[in-house]
Amino acid sequence: MVIQKEKNMSKKNLKGIFLNGILDENPTFRLVLGTCPTLAVTTSASNGVGMGIAATIVLMGSNLVISSLRNFIPKKVRIPSFIVIICMFVTIVQMLLKAYLPDLNDALGVFIPLIVVNCIILARAEAFASKNAPLASLTDGLGMGLGFTLSLTLMGTIRELIGAGTIFGVTILGASYDPMKLVTVPAGGFLTYGLLLGIINAITNKKKNKKGDK
Amino acid sequence: MSEINILSFFVACVITNNFIFSRFLGVCPFLGVSKQVSTAFGMGVAVTFVMTFASLFTYFIYYGVLVTLKIEFMSTISFILVIATLVQFLEMAIKKFFPALYPSFGIYLPLITTNCAVLGVTVININESYNLLYSVMNGFFGALGFTLAIVLMAGVRERLENSNIPESMKGFPISLVSACLMAIGFMGFAGI
Repeated sequence: MVIQKEKNMSKKNLKGIFLNGILDENPTFRLVLGTCPTLAVTTSASNGVGMGIAATIVLMGSNLVISSLRNFIPKKVRIPSFIVIICMFVTIVQMLLKAYLPDLNDALGVFIPLIVVNCIILARAEAFASKNAPLASLTDGLGMGLGFTLSLTLMGTIRELIGAGTIFGVTILGASYDPMKLVTVPAGGFLTYGLLLGIINAITNKKKNKKGDK
Repeated sequence: MSEINILSFFVACVITNNFIFSRFLGVCPFLGVSKQVSTAFGMGVAVTFVMTFASLFTYFIYYGVLVTLKIEFMSTISFILVIATLVQFLEMAIKKFFPALYPSFGIYLPLITTNCAVLGVTVININESYNLLYSVMNGFFGALGFTLAIVLMAGVRERLENSNIPESMKGFPISLVSACLMAIGFMGFAGI
């Protein structure tokens, strides 16, 4: 499966770019970027989805605009220009959330304005959007954003299930389950993230070893 | 505003509301620049400078310019520009006046612009509507807490280098698990 996807990447087709963000270069589990929101907002699955979608919108918008302007932005001032463009999208998302989803806005709190300094967005602007055509950059933004959303949802689901016995607010484990509060406090965030990273590393190492045997 | 208030605010900022262990701000440099105690300390000092001054300047910009002109929605964009400028100025100042110091922590300065603890502290100051003194203290004490956390973490990681860790847990995973244990330790102070 993975080998197939790597072949797609080498062809640089859009499907490959799209899947690259979700699997091979998953921002949360492979690149370990954007750790702050990953740890902070994943106390419940719905917060994870909300944060992921907000970041995806910003990522797609900023990638599209930056790649359209890539020939006009002088090399020397590119980082400040990128930040201003990213800021614009974050402000738009923040205002939309305040107007239409005030509950989610309160739950994510300070981490909405902090999307500006989320390393994933600036990293993709620098590594991808400033070098590629708008359509490819938009796809890259969508793939990376979805990879981020899926990882946050996974972590949110695990922490919510163990910490409260629910998923998306729906009770799964019943009244007899005694919630393990540790997982929802900050320390549990570090623990869940560390163990998940370890598990994913173990799986990829196994695959690599198999490839080596062949 | 008595001295006791300031003391309890200090304890809250440094330990119980530690930027890394309870607010999750600045986790990227915390994981990235904590391989050695000396570099971690340099990063901590640089962040302390920037956070203190960023709190001071954004206070004046928010209440002096943005509120008067009724354009509070521009806060994120103006704060990040203030921070970027501040970092640039600090870099130039250190190069000019303390050339001996420059090699030791000049390289961390550009990284601070994208440190979420710095933008985070300015946004928190506004959200909590702290006054000028509390804003600056929040920045300064918060940064002290950040320095404490990153230096402690670097100490742990120096030890981890020599221990026998399962292959797939090496690097980030084991650091995160140790951070978890440290966070539990900091949580213990919450009762104070």
